[in-house]
Amino acid sequence: MNQGFSAPEAPDEIIRIEHMTYEYKREGDQAAYVAVNDVSLSIERGSFVAIIGRNGSGKSTLAKCINALLLPASGKVYVNGWDTTDEARLWQIRQTAGMVFQNPDNQLVSSIVEDDVAFGPENLGIDPPEIRRRVDRSLSAVNMFEERTKAPHLLSGGQKQRIAIAGVVAMKPECIIFDEPTAMLDPNGRAEVMKIIERLNREGITILLITHFMDEAVRADRVVIMDDGRIAMDGTPEMIFAHSDELRRLDMTVPFTVDLADRLRRNDIPVPQSTIHIQEMVDFLCQYKSEI
Amino acid sequence: MLRDITLGQYYPGTSVIHRLDPRLKIVGTFIFLISLFLVRNFIGFGIAVGFLALQIAISRVPLSFIFKGLKPVFLIILFTVVVNMFMTRGEPILQWWIISLTKEGLYRAGFMGLRLVLLIIGSSLLTLTTKPISLTDGIEKLLSPFRGVGLPAHELAMMMTIALRFIPTLLEEADKIMKAQMARGADFESGNLLQRAKSLIPLLVPLFISAFRIAQDLAMAMEARCYRGGDARTRMHAMTFSWRDAVAAICLVAFVAVIVVQSHVL
Repeated sequence: MNQGFSAPEAPDEIIRIEHMTYEYKREGDQAAYVAVNDVSLSIERGSFVAIIGRNGSGKSTLAKCINALLLPASGKVYVNGWDTTDEARLWQIRQTAGMVFQNPDNQLVSSIVEDDVAFGPENLGIDPPEIRRRVDRSLSAVNMFEERTKAPHLLSGGQKQRIAIAGVVAMKPECIIFDEPTAMLDPNGRAEVMKIIERLNREGITILLITHFMDEAVRADRVVIMDDGRIAMDGTPEMIFAHSDELRRLDMTVPFTVDLADRLRRNDIPVPQSTIHIQEMVDFLCQYKSEI
Repeated sequence: MLRDITLGQYYPGTSVIHRLDPRLKIVGTFIFLISLFLVRNFIGFGIAVGFLALQIAISRVPLSFIFKGLKPVFLIILFTVVVNMFMTRGEPILQWWIISLTKEGLYRAGFMGLRLVLLIIGSSLLTLTTKPISLTDGIEKLLSPFRGVGLPAHELAMMMTIALRFIPTLLEEADKIMKAQMARGADFESGNLLQRAKSLIPLLVPLFISAFRIAQDLAMAMEARCYRGGDARTRMHAMTFSWRDAVAAICLVAFVAVIVVQSHVL
């Protein structure tokens, strides 16, 4: 087509946040506590974005504003172009941008796994046979089909969290916001949940992962670091983790591979700056060993 | 320890009774219980026992489970029987001091005792063969016609569903708090009743706080999943009234007819 003339096409964005501020007002307090301070952010459709930051950095609040669970004090949040303050679009926004929370116990509604997964589609008023199909498909997608008639309280944290994911997937969202989904899980459960998240992203669902764990953030294609209600850093994991000093200044732990690379460099082993994944490190070390 | 508690007293199975429409089972149980009050003689009870025994046989629930339901009310039954036995006037069989055992008393005691036992077994058969969640669904459907007069049918059913879901979660929470308080030297086991009740305060206060926190989390999660009350909501398990239910309903009607004819006409 006529590439020469058209303006560069804006990236297809699913979420756009413009100068958003959110304040908590506690009773008795004079001044409001500003949780999110003038943040602008745009999330590209189909991407996998990790948001990291220490406690109280505003990352959870930001997530809840995208799902219209909280409304910004000033600024705008758009999901699929819909303003989150538009009440007529509220259910469409929540269906488009699903949300998985931290505590696996406190987000399951029913005492039977498949009934819980059906909860979202039931709320959307979908026909019973279609609900059945969606429930079966989303339970298979999180490898929990065998457990469909069990009671959630008999399952592990990782399994419960996967059911919560299935419950969101059954609503056919375009984007899923994960608010520290692995914070309360053991390493096994954490690995299971991360595997599912990556698979969902490959299937075209935009992922917004809020996390404490750097090793999870490394797997995203973009990392946003929040500090004190503002965006402190934003870029690809390779870019972000190349600034390990900056990260340490923000009180962040550095992923294991990055930390190792720093130490090796200090000992005059020339590890490339872009080494952030374990596999790259392994490849480099093997190659390095064969060279000496 | 608290992980393996069973909710309600549901006995899992796939019998015809298990698969009946919960609405029919709820209404049917009520009709059966009411019909027990129409019975006037032991022949009528014989028919009722036979009808109930047939249902138990079809449901394949072991008898030990059926009789387990009688345990908590055993004292009440015993009390009723004893009171009826000795407090009914009539032709005395045995007499000692001011206590007299009469023929009428014996008859009435047997009558009342049997009625109580049948009432309890009849209602526990409902909870033994119906999942708590189907019961709530059934209640919601049965109450929905009264929504017009302001009865919050959906809300009631949703509350029951959530209560069922969170009983084990709160028990686990209570267990955790109890251990935490014991580690700090709390004593839940010694002292008299009043002291023991007082020692529960450090358990109950944190439990309430965590229940409120859970409620807040859950409300947010439900909202995020587009929950907006019962209007426009569909259900995955659409309840259907099948031929099986029709047969069961006919059996019940026949039973009630026999009872009425036997005790009021013959």
